[in-house]
Amino acid sequence: MAFEGLSERLQKAFAGLRRKGKVTEADVQGAMREIRLALLEADVNFGVVKDFIKAVRAKALGAEVLESLTPGQQIVKIVNDELVKTMGEAAVPLNKSPHIPTVIMMVGLQGAGKTTTVGKLSKYLIENEQARPLLIAADVYRPAAIEQLQVVGQSVGVPVFELGTSVDPRDIVRQGMAQAALQHNDYVIIDTAGRLQIDDKLMTELADIKDIANPTEILLVVDAMTGQAATEVATGFNERLDLTGVVLTKLDGDTRGGAALSIRAVTGKPIKFVGQGEKMDALDVFYPDRMANRILGMGDMLTLIDKAQKTYDEKQAQQVAEKIKENSFDFNDFLEQMDQVSNMGSFDEIMKMIPGLANNPAMKNFHVDPKDIAHQKAIVYSMTPAEREDPDLLNPSRRRRIAAGSGRPIVEVNRMIKQFNQSKQMMSQMYKGNFNGMDGLMGGGIQGRLGKMAMNNMIRKQKKNKKKRLKNVKRFKS
Amino acid sequence: MGLFDRIKKAFGGGEPETQETAKYDAGLEKSRNTFSAKLNAFFAGFRTVDEDFFDDLEEMLIGADVGYEIAVQLTDELRDSVKLQNAKRPEEVSQVVVQKLVDIYGEAGEAEDNALHYAPVGPTVFLFVGVNGAGKTTTIGKLAHQLQQQGKSVLLAAGDTFRAGAIAQLEEWGRRDGVPVVTSEPGGDPAAVVYDAVRRAKAEAFDVLLVDTAGRLQNKVNLMNELDKIRRVIVRELPEAPQEVLLVLDGTTGQNALSQAKEFNQTTKVSGIVLTKLDGSGKGGIVLAIRNELHVPVKLVGLGEGMDDLQAFDPNKFVYGLFKGLIEPKSDEN
Repeated sequence: MAFEGLSERLQKAFAGLRRKGKVTEADVQGAMREIRLALLEADVNFGVVKDFIKAVRAKALGAEVLESLTPGQQIVKIVNDELVKTMGEAAVPLNKSPHIPTVIMMVGLQGAGKTTTVGKLSKYLIENEQARPLLIAADVYRPAAIEQLQVVGQSVGVPVFELGTSVDPRDIVRQGMAQAALQHNDYVIIDTAGRLQIDDKLMTELADIKDIANPTEILLVVDAMTGQAATEVATGFNERLDLTGVVLTKLDGDTRGGAALSIRAVTGKPIKFVGQGEKMDALDVFYPDRMANRILGMGDMLTLIDKAQKTYDEKQAQQVAEKIKENSFDFNDFLEQMDQVSNMGSFDEIMKMIPGLANNPAMKNFHVDPKDIAHQKAIVYSMTPAEREDPDLLNPSRRRRIAAGSGRPIVEVNRMIKQFNQSKQMMSQMYKGNFNGMDGLMGGGIQGRLGKMAMNNMIRKQKKNKKKRLKNVKRFKS
Repeated sequence: MGLFDRIKKAFGGGEPETQETAKYDAGLEKSRNTFSAKLNAFFAGFRTVDEDFFDDLEEMLIGADVGYEIAVQLTDELRDSVKLQNAKRPEEVSQVVVQKLVDIYGEAGEAEDNALHYAPVGPTVFLFVGVNGAGKTTTIGKLAHQLQQQGKSVLLAAGDTFRAGAIAQLEEWGRRDGVPVVTSEPGGDPAAVVYDAVRRAKAEAFDVLLVDTAGRLQNKVNLMNELDKIRRVIVRELPEAPQEVLLVLDGTTGQNALSQAKEFNQTTKVSGIVLTKLDGSGKGGIVLAIRNELHVPVKLVGLGEGMDDLQAFDPNKFVYGLFKGLIEPKSDEN
């Protein structure tokens, strides 16, 4: 058997339809059947489905189809919105009593996960509110239930109040409450035995415990895999105890969890937490929108789109940043240029070889001392990697540090930075292939096609080297 | 229509109800009542056979946890046969519906083996698997008691080393039943416990070894692999074992039951199903769904909290119970 997502179902239903501006009667008719089946397949109670469909049908009829959506997607959107609305728009926090202790009572069927949830809830309260809870072991029926709570309590560092299995749960709770008052515990969590909602004797016991402990929260713990019976269970417990909330457990399985919708619809009580794993920290606040996606079977699709969008954006941003980096000129490039130049021989001689540059007044700033290059390199080497990449960082304090580090006077550092800024400006123009601004700088300018070609060649080479360097840095980092 | 007639005859013939049948009936009373009451109320309520009728029928069947797939299949088939037989009156349609249900159920159940199997010689091993909170340990406790009553020597293996208090829970059952339990430290390797238990069962010639395992959700790959390892350990020591791999299913579970059966079957070759907490669910329909879609027989049902409330599952009796209210008026007419 295959679990088809609602979106696939609707796609099938709408395969023959062309795009229209409005959702028509015919669209709705076909779609409603698919939605109904999808919800039933997700274990939403059939009675709840019926009412739900009625509400959606009314909304869907005549709704404007948004641009970029097909009628099918539009209906899915309406269904999704309605689901979220039904399950409560936002997460509902735990009620807190104005005076300590806040008493939380856990109830539910056998094997729903009450004791495990008690442990998770304790951990949650300790971490989020620095709470000092006391656990009361009121399950005297199931073998070793008290031991289980003790082990759970130990693992989260919370004391457990117990009187063995031969004492009536009412008395255990009464004495437990007294102990909590004595110790000024701010939270008391009562773990009760699992029971059927039709078991009158045990349900009366719960009602009595409620009267004794006067709990602020009565949480119904429900297995997320529960089928059609979910409504009966929830109604049964709610009628006797007037629940304040619901905890949905075992949601880390592959169930759709339609029980969430059923319970919310018949009791009107919010789902406050979901259990998503066996570890003690696997308790999460309930988010109606995520649950809606899950029930519709579109959760994966939506998260996927979400994720794809996100990684796409990230990738894009990274590429842009890289491009900017590649096309920018920083001290690393400056160093490299100097290396290239010094490899060619003495700077003086090279300068003289460049036509028009030899007697250029701008070149006076370049003190062509063979040691100059070494000094300048020393200055760059005294910079942090961040400073080399982003020269704007260089404030006076940093410059003083660099001067000290390289053993050069601060004026020289300042001059070098000034020179660098000039080259940077020049380079950014050259990267764009614009040599016009250099006419003044190089006297007669770079003349002829050959000159331009040489310049282009140099820039290309530099870009290539830079790319390589960036890549190496990246590899080194990762 | 073999089964249908057989049920009819069984009922019409006034077969004396044994004590056992009565008890069984009582346990399933709620399931049965809900199911037949639902069907009856449904047929009493409808006027004409139209699309709405089929939608309602579908909903009613799903509402009884017959299972999504089977409900849709049934409704589709009914669309045809109702048209074919030109049934219009409620009684006629109801007849067709019930017959169809029984047919589908009977067909899928042909050659179904609902008995528990024991090794001819040497220890028999039953491996219990299932999701968290399905009722594995409780089922083992009850079954150990019953086997003990039958004069078999029973050994329990506490293979749930993970959940808090699980070992203590099985030990408590062992104490109540007067049956030894092989355990380890909490957090130990379950396969090691099972190995010890199998060795001990062999050495001390126990008749039956019941192996408890930790509850696990079927989509947790690592945990499912652990189960596979446990099974391998058993097979290595006793090539014929485990004689039964019993998947314990919570009777209130919805469509996920099918996913559970499928995944557990893949890992451990489930030979039978234990359906627990059936007394409260009031939904017998899931039995139909399991049979129809999984072809894994239900072997035991849990009908209450008492020691004797775990019972061997007799499909014919169950169907008889399920459809009793529906067939009854008809046999009176005849």
